[in-house]
Parts: sequence; C-alpha cells; structure tokens
Amino acid sequence: MAFQVILKRPESLTQREFTYCPGCTHGIIHRIIAEVIDELGIREKTIAVAPIGCSVFAYQFFNTDATVAAHGRAPAVATGMKRARPDLYVFTYQGDGDLAAIGTAEIVHAANRGEKITTIFVNNAIYGMTGGQMAPTTLLGMKTTTTPYGRKADNDGYPLHVAEIIKEARGVAFLARTKVNTPQDVQKTKKAIKKAFLAQIKGLGFGMVEVLSTCPTNWGIDPVSALKWLEEHMVPEYPLGVFVDKVGDEQ
Amino acid sequence: MAERVLVKGTEAIGEAAIRAGCRLFFGYPITPQNELPEYMSKRMPEVGGTFLQTESEVATINMVYGAACTGTRVMTSTSSPGFSLMQEGISYMACAQLPAVLVNVVRGGPGLGDIQPSQGDYWQATKGGGHGDYKLIVLAPSTVQEAVDLTVLAFDLADKYRTPVVIIADGVIGQMMEPVTFPEFRNLNTLPKHDDWALTGANGREKHIVVSFDIDPHVLEKMNLEIVEKLRKIEANEKRWEEYKLEDAEIVITAFGTVGRIAKSVVEQARKEGIKAGLFRPITLWPFPYERLEEISKGKKLILDVEMNMGQMLEDVKLAVKDHARIEFYGRMGGVVPTPDEIFEALKKFLNV
Amino acid sequence: MPRVKGKIEIDQERCKGCGLCISVCPMKVIDFGEGFNAKGYHPAEPKYVEKCIACGFCYNMCPDVCITVYREVESA
Ligand SMILES: Cc1ncc(C[n+]2csc(CCOP(=O)(O)OP(=O)(O)O)c2C)c(N)n1
Ligand code: SF4
Ligand code: SF4
Ligand code: SF4
Ligand SMILES: [Mg+2]
Repeated sequence: MAFQVILKRPESLTQREFTYCPGCTHGIIHRIIAEVIDELGIREKTIAVAPIGCSVFAYQFFNTDATVAAHGRAPAVATGMKRARPDLYVFTYQGDGDLAAIGTAEIVHAANRGEKITTIFVNNAIYGMTGGQMAPTTLLGMKTTTTPYGRKADNDGYPLHVAEIIKEARGVAFLARTKVNTPQDVQKTKKAIKKAFLAQIKGLGFGMVEVLSTCPTNWGIDPVSALKWLEEHMVPEYPLGVFVDKVGDEQ
Repeated sequence: MAERVLVKGTEAIGEAAIRAGCRLFFGYPITPQNELPEYMSKRMPEVGGTFLQTESEVATINMVYGAACTGTRVMTSTSSPGFSLMQEGISYMACAQLPAVLVNVVRGGPGLGDIQPSQGDYWQATKGGGHGDYKLIVLAPSTVQEAVDLTVLAFDLADKYRTPVVIIADGVIGQMMEPVTFPEFRNLNTLPKHDDWALTGANGREKHIVVSFDIDPHVLEKMNLEIVEKLRKIEANEKRWEEYKLEDAEIVITAFGTVGRIAKSVVEQARKEGIKAGLFRPITLWPFPYERLEEISKGKKLILDVEMNMGQMLEDVKLAVKDHARIEFYGRMGGVVPTPDEIFEALKKFLNV
Repeated sequence: MPRVKGKIEIDQERCKGCGLCISVCPMKVIDFGEGFNAKGYHPAEPKYVEKCIACGFCYNMCPDVCITVYREVESA
C-alpha cells in the first residue's frame, strides 16, 4: 500500500500567497478557476483580466498572462483582447462593486454581444477592498460603513440581481448563480465555471457564473460563521440556479 | 506608383490606418467624426479586420486597452466629450505603456459645447489629460495628405515607444476633400509583435503581466521613472514642425492644425501688403518644438499666436519664446473658425498699421 | 467494505488559521496547532490523520490552497 496525491495545488496558480483575509472565499474561487483551466488544458492560451477590488492582485495569482482593468471595465478589456486574438481564451474576475455598480454597462453589453469571454462574478454583498461600504448587492437592512443604520430601500434601492438581468441578453451561452460555502457547493461552482469556459471554447457566446462569496472581515464575523451567514441571508435573496445553458452536458 | 485620390479627411485617416496595418477599430458615434467609424465599418470587413461599435467611450478606450495588451495595432476616434470620457483609460494605457492611436476630432466646448471645429482640447491632449504623470505624443495635421502621413507615423511611434498617440484634428480637416496619395499596404507580418511583453498566452515562456499598478510606492516610482525616461527620448527625437516663409520674416504667426493652414493665407496677404510675416506650425503638439521656436523668435518684431481656443498653445509659445520677442494672441472659441481677413486685421492692429 | 484510508498535508506557512477546513472535516482530523507561523497565524494541523478518509472536503474549502490530499492505493 502507498499514498497517492489526489488533490493538490493546481498548476494554473502561481506560488504567490493570496492577499485575502483569513477565510475569505475569494481564494476558493481562484483555486477552482485554476483547476478548470488545468483540466481544460488552456493555461498557455489564457489571459486573466483582474478587476479593482480585493482581487486586484489576481493578476499575480493566476499562472497565465494577465492584466488589471480599470474599475468595472474588465468586460471591455476582455472584449478588446478577444477581438484582437480570437484564438486565445479570456476571462474576467470581478467583484460586485466592480461589475454590478461602476461596470454595469460593460457587463450588460458584453453579454448582449455574446462576447466570447468568461466572467466570474464574485458577489459578497459589499465593497471589500475599500473598507466595507454598501454594494449594489448589499442586503436590505444590512449594515455597512455607508449604511450604518442598515440598507434602506427608499434611500439606497434594492439588492441588484445581476444574473437575472443578464439572463435576458441573447448573447449569453451559459449563466449560473452558485455559492462556495460548502464542499459540495464548491464542486458545483467548479462545474459551472467549467461550462462558462466551455461556452467560450466552443464559440457559443458569453459565459458567466455569479458566485455568492463571503467577506468575513467586513461582515464583522468569523470565517466559519460567514459560511453560515451566506446560507441564511444571501441565498434567500439570491436564488441559486442555472439560468442559461447552451453548452449541454456532453463535455 | 500610388495614384492621387480625392478623399475626405476622416476617411483618409481611416484608410491610412488600414494601410498602416490596423485591423481593429472600436468607436462610439459622436459628431463631427462619424464618417471615420462609418468608413471603418465598411472597410474593416473587406480587409479581414474588425470594427465594433461600442456602448460608450469608456468601453471603447478599455477595449483599445485590451487589444493593445495583445500587441495588436488598434485605433479609435472620437470628439471632445468622448475624449474626456476616455481619460481614465488613457491614463491606464500610458502607465501600462500600451501602443494605440487615438483620433480626437475636436469640437467646441467646454461641456456639450457644439459640433463646430475647435482646438479647445490642446491642453487635455498635451498636458496629460488624465490622472498621474504622463504625456502622450500628439500630432496635428493641417492638410488631408498630412493626416494620412501622420496616421501612419502615429502607429509607428506608438509601437516604437509603447505609448498611445493622439491625432488632433477638427471638423475642418475632417470634412475637407483633398487629393492624397496613400502609402502601400503594410505587410502585416512585418508589424512589431511585442513578443517580450504582450499578452498572447504563456506558451513556453513565463507569464506576461501588463498593469498600470503596483502597491509598492518604490516600484511604482520606478515604473514612473521608466515612463519619464521614455518621454525624454521622445522629446529628444520626435519634435516636428513646419516653417513657412520664415527666412526673412519679421513677424511670426504660430498656429497648428486648421489654423496653421488658414495662417498661410494670412502670411500671403501680409506679404502682399509689405508685412514680412511667416508661419511656425508645430506638428507635434507634444513634444512641442520649444528650442526651434525660441531660435526663430530671436529678433522678431512680433510673435502672433492664433488658435481656435482661449490661448492654450499660447502657454507653450511663451515658454519657448521667453522674452526674445513680443507675443500677442488672437483666438476664437465656441467652434468659430477665424477667417484669414480677421486674423490679418488683428495682426495689423497689434502692429499699429 | 474497508474504509478508504487517506492523509493530508497542510502547508504550515501558507495557512492563515481560518478554520474552514476544521469546520468541514467529517472525521475531525484537523485542529489548530499550538505554534505560530511566520505570518503570525495558528496554522491548522492534521492531528488525527489516521482517521482521514480522503474525502477532500478540507481541500475544497481551504481558501489559501495549502492542503494536499492523499489516498492509499495498492502499490504498483
Ligand atoms: C474609478 C474608481 N472608482 C473607485 C475606486 C475605488 N474602489 C476600489 S475597489 C472598490 C470596490 C470594490 O468592491 P468589489 O468590486 O465588490 O470587490 P471586493 O473588494 O468586494 O472583492 C472601489 C470602489 C477605483 N479604484 N476606481
Ligand atoms: S476584505 Fe472581505 S473580500 Fe476582501 S479579502 Fe478581506 S474578507 Fe475577502
Ligand atoms: S480529506 Fe476529508 S477526512 Fe481527510 S482531513 Fe480532509 S476533510 Fe478530513
Ligand atoms: S482552511 Fe486552509 S488556511 Fe484555513 S485553517 Fe485550514 S489549512 Fe489553514
Ligand atoms: Mg464585493
């Protein structure tokens, strides 16, 4: 009898230590993206577009060519890359401030054009990097540094459901909302991300996965409680599911 | 041999870009430059290129950023309000050292302004425009042929120095029909590939990173110093200007682009009336040909700077001329194009004749 | 049917002591160590590794990708 490695750090991550807070699930999402890139064998043909947000350093973490887009503009940057080099695979990694506030125009139009890019949208209901301000995705009643009395609909509007908006765009080839607060959900998210890449690889159109993620630091709770908080508060507001799937199951 | 054809300024710029090997154009409609994207939408598919009408100038410039990251020749065009919207992206491109050609067919401003020809974006184009320490190469054609030539040059300079290059025009140059000779089509295989930095997939090499960012101030300062060094090189090598009838001139008109063209008639008119006038026309608005203008200004009776703005290039003229000569300014704003007659009247007034 | 035998390794320097692995391990294999790593965190350790069933839950939930999972196989 001997021991064999079954799960280890994927090749598509560099050796750099993540800059995320302890227990922040940004790191899990990074890892499964890297695993998908490994499994699809596309590392050497992939460009990562990092956003502005806590994941701005993603350009250092993925072992692929990479850039950082201006806040919210990653889908436009990815569009430019893909139009210049249709033979390459381009993905954006964006937070909810980046994608759902300042970058709403770019994501909607990239989706609508059926831009053959892949977007991983990390919804943690907050602006992590700038210190915990309200995001468009912040829940009603949720306290943030700019909603000290809790988010109120009459002043701040409602949590923005990006996947539900994007799903109406006809250029979308794959679209799902998942979460990463249990090992099973991590695997489901990975499958969804793989399909979002396959939508691009097969030339079907735009692929996106909205991933419900934690921000223990700005939610003000410990990492393990954050997993539970995500389940109890975010999932009811943001129903999980596959909204569009033109990829199919044969892979 | 290449034949001479009669074309509109905007279309001439578009065709020149294609001849220069540009196969990617992103743009958002805005008057008075719509003929350029329209031309590209027709032409790009014919040459296997891509034209994309974007959702905004913000998206446009970031698409240009993305395309430039792959080391591919790329162009956009816009007019003043759109150019303002692009500034964040331009600043990113300057820091990330990305080559691209940006055409600004300037219109009356500030604000929504109007759609008439203006030179009100001189400051924005030459002094940085966006945040941080940077400058862009800025080229100002005054004829359609020059627009063609400078477009080709713009791509070459952008690649050579890894920088965005701006072509500043206005509705006059854009709408004008003139006979031009286009250069031959550039063989796409001979274009610079930028293998040492471009994002093309880390295939058999270390990953490449193109960013306008570093969290460590010392590293960011180094990145800044690299850019500054490059700008110094550009200043040393790329100043361009035209001198017109300056050999015996006592009065020097300084003007660029459309006004530079109009000023030639003023020079003729003045000479007919015995006033020895000449023209100094900067072609690179940045780098500005300070040294040459200083030399020329020595011993002159008057330097008359004429622009379609409140006196923007005037600041550079003053920096060049110092106290070697008297400097006066005549300008029109809001999209009003000065006539040769009114400029000549202004000149005579300054000369008390 | 004999239970699958596994083992894990945790990169002690990468670990940020977040405890997510501990919270999801069905066999209670992992616990915080006593010491600190260079970053000042109490890293998690596979204290009862003999109980590991190679389910991969810990690996899946580790945000800092510090866990390697092994499974016992017939040696070739
Ligand atoms: C144009 C511009 N406006 C504002 C900012 C400041 N800013 C940096 S990150 C950020 C929000 C990031 O939040 P999110 O996208 O949710 O990412 P997270 O940190 O939560 O992962 C903001 C507003 C910026 N960098 N650029
Ligand atoms: S601030 Fe929040 S989102 Fe950012 S790294 Fe920390 S926990 Fe993660
Ligand atoms: S592989 Fe499963 S059993 Fe083994 S330590 Fe990890 S979670 Fe526990
Ligand atoms: S999940 Fe990873 S980082 Fe967190 S305690 Fe476990 S090994 Fe350490
Ligand atoms: Mg966020």
